[in-house]
Amino acid sequence: MNISRLSWQNIISNPLHTALSLLLMTLGIGIISLLFLLNNQIEQQLQSNLRGVDMVVGSKGSPLQIILSSIYHIDNPTGNIPYEEALKIKKNPLVDITIPLSFGDSYNGFRIVGTTHQYPDLYKMTLSKGRMWQTNLEVVLGNNVAQTHNLKIGDSFYGTHGLIEGGHIHDNYSYEVVGIFNNSTSVMDQLILTNTESVWQVHNHETISHQHDSLTNSDVKVNNSQEAMITSLLVKFKNPIGIIQIPRKINETTNLQAAIPALEISRLTNLLGFGVQTINIIALIIIIVSGLSIFINLYNSLKKRRYELALLRLHGATKLQMVQLVLQEATILSLLGTLFGLSISRIILFLLSLSIKHQHSFSSIQLDLLGEELWLFPIALLVGIIASLIPIIISYNINIPKTLYDD
Amino acid sequence: MLKTRAIRFSYDNNNQFSFPDINLRDGEELLILGKSGVGKTTLVQIIAGLLKPSSGLIEYNGIHVNNLLAKKLDSYRGKHVGMVFQKPRFVKNISVLDNLLLSLYLSRNKQDIERTMNLLSQVDLSHKANSMPNNLSQGEQQRAAIALAVVKNPSMILADEPTSSLDDINCQKILNLLKQHAKSTNAKLIIITHDQRLKSQFNKSIKL
Repeated sequence: MNISRLSWQNIISNPLHTALSLLLMTLGIGIISLLFLLNNQIEQQLQSNLRGVDMVVGSKGSPLQIILSSIYHIDNPTGNIPYEEALKIKKNPLVDITIPLSFGDSYNGFRIVGTTHQYPDLYKMTLSKGRMWQTNLEVVLGNNVAQTHNLKIGDSFYGTHGLIEGGHIHDNYSYEVVGIFNNSTSVMDQLILTNTESVWQVHNHETISHQHDSLTNSDVKVNNSQEAMITSLLVKFKNPIGIIQIPRKINETTNLQAAIPALEISRLTNLLGFGVQTINIIALIIIIVSGLSIFINLYNSLKKRRYELALLRLHGATKLQMVQLVLQEATILSLLGTLFGLSISRIILFLLSLSIKHQHSFSSIQLDLLGEELWLFPIALLVGIIASLIPIIISYNINIPKTLYDD
Repeated sequence: MLKTRAIRFSYDNNNQFSFPDINLRDGEELLILGKSGVGKTTLVQIIAGLLKPSSGLIEYNGIHVNNLLAKKLDSYRGKHVGMVFQKPRFVKNISVLDNLLLSLYLSRNKQDIERTMNLLSQVDLSHKANSMPNNLSQGEQQRAAIALAVVKNPSMILADEPTSSLDDINCQKILNLLKQHAKSTNAKLIIITHDQRLKSQFNKSIKL
């Protein structure tokens, strides 16, 4: 038997009060920790899907929308751009790699993207089955697409117009699965890749069939070359100077819109940061309330058990041991609440990741302790210490004979 | 050896007490009898080092108790004084056995579980060792309180009205326990009471 065990016995002898204090502390710490984790997760996802893309060129519109649609595939594109014009960008000596992306169709919610082999190379994709596409209408599936719809090599399917389910089905041309990528925990897992020409073929046929009556064959050919459109162009520069010069040049001299991912992402995280801060303040208030609850519990139980403290002094306990007893009751509660909070935020994040895995590239979750979270321990400790200040003073100055004989 | 000389104490002008001198050797028993309001409890508290007298001297084994600093006073109480009250006092969130062990811990004695269990069987409570104090009957509580007071083998047992709320049988039981233990550890035993039943059982007594 010692002071620490006595503190512990006092804590567990009052399960209802203890549960309330713990619940509040767990809630406050849990919310902050969850925000840290989510923030970290989002930033990591944003960064890891960037893969060194310095610039994205798309149709005039919101630069953030261009980034969200062409890099993360979570927004609609701003429009199409002529392939010819996009090719001109490639000629600039500062440009290293350009990757065209054409999308607008989907299969059960998964995007069909017309591109070149460079696109999966950028994400260091490896094939788990089959081969890369060679001719029109051959597709390679991201791992998640294949798993969700149980698609195998040799299967074929029709694309749907639009990026959400339930659009018009392009039933003239069916795509054939020739390969499936390994899981990469990147946006690639959610995409269906084919060559750019396939997308053109599917859509030009639509143009022809829709306008069949009024157009002659030669018109179609003219249309074909005129309408060689892509959605956007991913660009990597050889030299950082490119970021300074080229986007401005494109935005000023052409009808295209150049967006710099690094810039747009920092804008986005700033926007998110504001919301995060607000919720953090609310969580801090909950932590303070938990401190208040710890204080009220300690104060009430000390009032009821005053004579116990006097008795301990009578047994020979020093004033310092009284301080230790009260302080431990408070700090054990606050630190236990912190541990619970950190665990619960991880459980929530894990469950969250399970439920949204199929919609977004959220498949890799990090549950390690973050550097920011270490701050929660001293904060909780401080709350515990402040909560026990008054009870400590009471027990330090207890009048032994008066307390022993009064009630 | 406990010696008190000319102890006076006053709460205010209307409540002034002066106490007779006490001389008590190891192993001796002393009964202090007095009606309510004559300062019995005050005297117990002064001897236990809980209250400082306004004047007078308390000497314990050559130490001037009323000159001790707070910290030394804590260890004087811890080491030498075992107290029994009219109303038994326990730490209620821990078992009877843990209460005894805690007393040993706080008085810096070895937490000898075997010896402590022996003591509990002497007061006929070994079967209640792991019970919470509140679950004991009143007689059991008073016996446990005696075990709690003597577990650290104090050289002086101070019992303040230990029997006044007990029936004759329990009164005798408690008295025997206190006397037995004092004798076996050669401790001084001071019982302060208004309970006239005890009068015939002590050789040495003082009337307040």
